Parts: sequence; C-alpha cells; structure tokens
Amino acid sequence: MIELKNVSKTFTLHNQGSAVIEVISDVSFAVAPGECVALTGASGAGKSTLMRMIYGNYLTQAGEIRIGGLDIVRSEPRDIIKLRRDVLGYVSQFLRVVPRVPTLDVVAEPLRALGVPADEAQDRASALLTQLNIPERLWSLSPTTFSGGEQQRVNIARGFAHSYPAMLLDEPTASLDAANREVVLSLIEDAKARGAAIIGIFHDEAARTRVCDREIDVGRFTPGMAA
Amino acid sequence: MTPLLSVQGITKRYGPHIGCADVSFDLYPGEVMGIVGESGSGKSTLLNCMAGHLTPDAGQVVFDTRTDGPRDTITMSEPERRMLGRTDWAFVHQHARDGLRMGVSAGGNVGERLMAVGERHYGDIRDKATDWLGRVEIDASRVDDRPTTFSGGMQQRLQIARNLVTGPRLVFMDEPTGGLDVSVQARLLDLLRGLVRDMGLSAIIVTHDLAVVRLLADRLMVMKLGRVVEAGLTDQVLDDPQHAYSQLLVSSVLQV
Repeated sequence: MIELKNVSKTFTLHNQGSAVIEVISDVSFAVAPGECVALTGASGAGKSTLMRMIYGNYLTQAGEIRIGGLDIVRSEPRDIIKLRRDVLGYVSQFLRVVPRVPTLDVVAEPLRALGVPADEAQDRASALLTQLNIPERLWSLSPTTFSGGEQQRVNIARGFAHSYPAMLLDEPTASLDAANREVVLSLIEDAKARGAAIIGIFHDEAARTRVCDREIDVGRFTPGMAA
Repeated sequence: MTPLLSVQGITKRYGPHIGCADVSFDLYPGEVMGIVGESGSGKSTLLNCMAGHLTPDAGQVVFDTRTDGPRDTITMSEPERRMLGRTDWAFVHQHARDGLRMGVSAGGNVGERLMAVGERHYGDIRDKATDWLGRVEIDASRVDDRPTTFSGGMQQRLQIARNLVTGPRLVFMDEPTGGLDVSVQARLLDLLRGLVRDMGLSAIIVTHDLAVVRLLADRLMVMKLGRVVEAGLTDQVLDDPQHAYSQLLVSSVLQV
C-alpha cells in the first residue's frame, strides 16, 4: 500500500549561507494493508520529516514514494489533494483549523469533503467525539480554546472520521491519559483490522509494542547520525 | 479532465516595467489557488489580466465555457467577456465599495446581478437576495439599507453575496480579507470555505496573508518581480519552501 524506494531529502537554506543539510538518504521500505510500522530513532533522526515526505508536505529530492499506486514525488498537486481526501490520512501533533468553526464540524469536515451528507457526517463525528470522551457541551465550540489533550483528541477524531486505506500517525498517544490512550490504541487496531496500512511515530513504548508489527530505525538513514 | 481555466504565458508591461511575465498554470474545477508575494510582485496585475480588467501584452486565458467549451477570453468579443463576468465569473475586490453600488440597497445590490442574467420577477429576486444575505450572515431586516450604513466586514460579505448569487464557477479574489480585523477575517474565511465546498467553486485568491492561503487554498504560487518563483501544494510551499524568496517570505511571518 505504501512503498518507499531509495528516498532522499536535503534542505537548502538559501538565506543562511546556502547551507545544504542532508536529512534522509536512501530509505526503502514497504507497508502492506493491515500492517502497522513504527518509525523509531533519536530526536532529530528525521522521523517526522520522513512522515511529512510521505504525506507530500515536504518535497522529496530523490526516489519514489508510492501510495496506492500513485508516486507522490512526481504527482501534480491536484492528484495529491485527491489522494489525501480519499486514501491517505494524517494525524499530526498539531490541530490547525479555521477559528470559529465548531468542533463537530471540524471532525466532520473530511467526510463532507468526500461528499457525505451533513447529517451522516455529523453522526460519525458525534460517535468519535463520544468515544474519545470530549463532553457534548464542547462540540458547538471551536477547539482553538481547548486544552492540549482535548485538541489532540479532536485531531484524532478528525483523522479517523474517514476510513482511509493508508494512515500516518505522529505521536497519537502523547499527552493522553490512560483511558483515552486505550481508546486511540483500539481505533488503531480497528483500522488495522479493516486493512489500513499505517505508519506511526510512538514515543510510548508499550503502545508501540502493542499495535506495531515492525520497527524501522530512521537513524540508519540519517547521514552523520549513524553510530 | 479539462482544466476550468488554462493560463498560458501571460505577460503585462507598464512601459519599461514588468507587471507580470510569462505566467502559466492550469486550474481544475473545485480547486482554490492562492497567489502570494510582496507589494509590487505583480499578483494583482496578473489577477486583473485573467479577469479581463487589463489586457495582457501576450498570452492566453482559456476558460472552459458551459456552452462552447474552452475559449480564449482575451480574444473573445467584449460583450461575450462581459457576459462571462456576470455569469460564470465573479470578482471580489479588496475594497468592498469597488464591487458594490453604494447608492443602492443591500437587496438591490444582490438583485442587480440576477436582473443582469435575465431574472424579472420582483418577488423571486427579493427572495433570492434575502436568502443570500442570510447565507453571508447579514440580518434580513437590513435588506433595504444601503451599504454605506454597513460596517467594513458586512460590506465585504455583501460583496460576496452579490458575486455568488448567480452561481459562478470561478471566483477571482483580490485580498478578500485585507483591511478587516481578525475576528471578522476568521468569520469570512469560514464562510468562504463553506461556499467553496458546497458550491464546488474554483477560486484564485491574491493575498499577502500566508495564514489566509494556508486555510483557504489547495495550491499556491509565489511571485516576485512579476515572475512565478515557486508553485505547488499550499502546505508544501509554506512548510518546505524551495526558492530563496519563498523561504524569506515564510520565515518573515511574525508568530502570534
């Protein structure tokens, strides 16, 4: 489902003496449907960078990243937009929303973008928010004023609203209490069971052991960091 | 898929100065494209060339018309282009007063565009106008008031209602949230996003506000001195800019 072949990335900082920083070099791996793979490595090893490259958020200088047959390194923006709408979900560490939009609509939005009718999308959003223990009195408020943990749960609800065949999860259990952590882990297990290919970053070792089938040490691909 | 708008080699000079030079891109149905750059980068010149307000010195602006398929709007006759401007195209000006008739009531401003496309039944026109005032969150009781009695944010929302009432397929926007205070901006962004999604609109938005394009645009073009220096997915250009100027632009934003 997700396949990386000889993927490399450099950052060129034009305004800081044109410094060229090699961050990732020659990564190859594949994730099959129903499989969850953890990216591991020390801080700064490039885990989030690699994940952002797979999402098309960072540009990849060399290699191929195929998701469901589409090579996102060589795709037009509109193909990537379509891929993100239908196929590839991403739960980032930060919630970014238009201010003033109610939480329920924020969570329902990925479904609305797919053409799901408003009431059906809101039903799904309500179910997820309930499952993630966001009190109903908060649903009509914008999540911009919520606590960190609440924002993260809204972000997760939004990420799981549509059953994406491929998912990227950046620290989905960080800053959650035990009960909510359990909910998130079971959401991940459900997604695996329905055949989603998942790549995750988990600092929570117990969570990683529980949901991930394999680990990939990104440090191996970081020039200058290999021990 | 046929692009809704295909822009090829648009160039506009002001005497020896370059307004914009050799700009080309395709815009597909449902896509929102942002154009950013500092003042004088040529983004408004480009927008005005595309919308038919300025005649470019070179290039084509091919629009996929409902009746005749792709047509170059630059070489099209003036009446045809005007008709497009009243039906399939909409233009939202930075200053609402440039896009509104200030001496006519709010309802009249919205109704006028309907009459321009042939609606004649007064009751229908008034109903539609009232409906659209509601959609842009202007109270129905203000339908007979002139825009001069409206706040800046209300005027901008009225301008949007006036533009969208005829169900256009392509909207050109020049700094639509410029000059509005931030709470009003958020409200307008929310409104525009909902309209784009529900009506399947395509839009080209010129702005210098990177936060606005991040929330509104799928794609982004960065302009400098009349030329496009970088283009791509909005979040990719903002989070991993490749060109020196884009990097400077992104790193210059003050954090709140």
